[in-house]
Amino acid sequence: MSIFEAVRLALRTIVTQKLKSFFSLIGVLIGVTFLIAVVSIVQGMNKYMEDQFANRLIGLNTFTLSRFPMINTGNVTDDMWRSWMRRPRITYSDAQYVEDRLSIPAVTARFCSDRMVLEYEGKQAKDIQLIGTEPTYFDIKDIEIARGRVFSPLEVELGQPVLVIGSELAEKLLPGLEPLGKEIVIRGLPYRVIGVAAKRGTLFGLSLDKFAVMPFRAPARRYICPLNVLDELEVKVATPDLMLAAMGETEALMRTKRALRPTQPDNFDLQNASGALDGWRKISRVLFTALPGLVAISLVVGGIVIMNIMLMAVAERTREIGIRKALGARRRDILAQFVIESATLSTVGAALGIGTGIGLAYGVRALTPLPAAVAPWSILVAVALGVLVGMAAGVYPASRASKLDPIIALRAE
Amino acid sequence: MSDLVIAVEKLSREYRMGTDTVLALRELSLAIRRNEYVAIMGPSGSGKSTLMNLLGCLDTPSGGSYWLNGQEVSRLSDDALARVRNREIGFVFQTFNLLPRATALHNVELPLVYGGASARERRERAERALARVGLAHRMQHRPNELSGGQRQRVAIARALVNEPSLLLADEPTGNLDSTTSEEIMRVFAELHAQGQTIVVVTHEPSIAAHAERTVILRDGRLDSDTRNERVAA
Repeated sequence: MSIFEAVRLALRTIVTQKLKSFFSLIGVLIGVTFLIAVVSIVQGMNKYMEDQFANRLIGLNTFTLSRFPMINTGNVTDDMWRSWMRRPRITYSDAQYVEDRLSIPAVTARFCSDRMVLEYEGKQAKDIQLIGTEPTYFDIKDIEIARGRVFSPLEVELGQPVLVIGSELAEKLLPGLEPLGKEIVIRGLPYRVIGVAAKRGTLFGLSLDKFAVMPFRAPARRYICPLNVLDELEVKVATPDLMLAAMGETEALMRTKRALRPTQPDNFDLQNASGALDGWRKISRVLFTALPGLVAISLVVGGIVIMNIMLMAVAERTREIGIRKALGARRRDILAQFVIESATLSTVGAALGIGTGIGLAYGVRALTPLPAAVAPWSILVAVALGVLVGMAAGVYPASRASKLDPIIALRAE
Repeated sequence: MSDLVIAVEKLSREYRMGTDTVLALRELSLAIRRNEYVAIMGPSGSGKSTLMNLLGCLDTPSGGSYWLNGQEVSRLSDDALARVRNREIGFVFQTFNLLPRATALHNVELPLVYGGASARERRERAERALARVGLAHRMQHRPNELSGGQRQRVAIARALVNEPSLLLADEPTGNLDSTTSEEIMRVFAELHAQGQTIVVVTHEPSIAAHAERTVILRDGRLDSDTRNERVAA
């Protein structure tokens, strides 16, 4: 009897006993659902973290030079924190040194920021991220300007009191008003709005549009970082390879500038998008390590359920086995029939599980910002697991069936 | 090749029942020629079921030998016996023993499935066998959609589909009313006329009367072996 034949026979049995088959499949179904859904959701989270989180917060092909990492997805211990606080701050001369000597073509932006209260005609917007930087910042962070313009290098040089504001801040502070030309007050000094950024959306539910950007030398700079000091120097290059090269070069330049001996560790930090995700990668690795265990548990349970169902099937169909043997079925024919039936049953369960898993993944994608995408390899693994679990679960019942004495089996009711 | 389909020599079969040993068949010898139509009779406990199981290669004897169609089969392995059953023997049972969920056609195809025939060949041969027993119009019906007589005819078609050297029927009319029984016995008579070797195990003299020869067992031994004077139509 061919495999195809046996599969068809098994499918027919499954169809005639829909409810019973469904219950027997549920273990494999859940295991596979879990596999597909978790893999796609975790991969979706990875993609989200990379595309949205790291690339939007830090920027593509961009790294930042700062006193300590600005974005931490992992655990920061008190010791680490204390050692970071002992480091010298990044000064103008540090920045100048790197800007002047970096041999790889790069766009740089000096950057300072803090939370501030912004006012307009007595109305207040609290907890707004006020950024002092250079016009290159908008390229580096890929911030589009919806209305108006970005300030010019000359305005940076002269420290003009002008602002480019985020869309949510505009709606909050200047509802229904034409924002361009309005004067927003920061610590008693008026700043003229010259540009409004396009909406950037949210990240983990936090708005990315509640910010105001002013020229680096604007008067309010003194409220967000001390004189002669900057929070970060942002450096953007053309390609990921160049970024790594530029990071290496920057590290060397900074060590020279600060006269660090070879045995001394860096007393500054260079962070790029992938570096910012180190902590997250650990979490995702743990999930992927735990996943096989969790899937294995439900598959073992599912396998045992299928084995039971198959034992029942063998008992119920003893007479059928007797008939088949009388008509010339050999042991291996009966063995193959039941192993294939079991594998088919389990594979159908896996197929249903793939369906629900994909459904779950798409549900997550529709309802959350995670771009959960089903990994093709997880489907292949699921099918393979379905077949293997079914075969393993079917061997014992099938071997019992194949060893039945045809005379006794024919007498069975 | 010998003209004997069945040659049994001093065939014994004992069963162990706890500490007792029951001798179901005691050194029985029997020969059946090609195209013979033999009824095996005997009261219950006479060993006729045991003999039928041995003749059908469903069981192996404790002693003696059995040549089926010239091949010594009494010492074969399970799988080899399965092969012999598939090629040489067509079974017809009292309870029909059709697969309930399969169509008549599929039931008839079953021996060919285990014989390794191609799908097309199986279908053609199964259709021919069903037509031979007058069920060409019932091929796609399941057993529960067929009458008792039709079911038994499906079973006969299944028994014949591999052109076996021996058609072995065990109380083939036991579950049928007398009209249907007659109908089935007519099918047997036709097959016999076409050259089929048939062995019918029965306890009904009226069924045995259709055969040309009656073998009666008693206590595991041959009690009588007679040629029927007048073969019923």
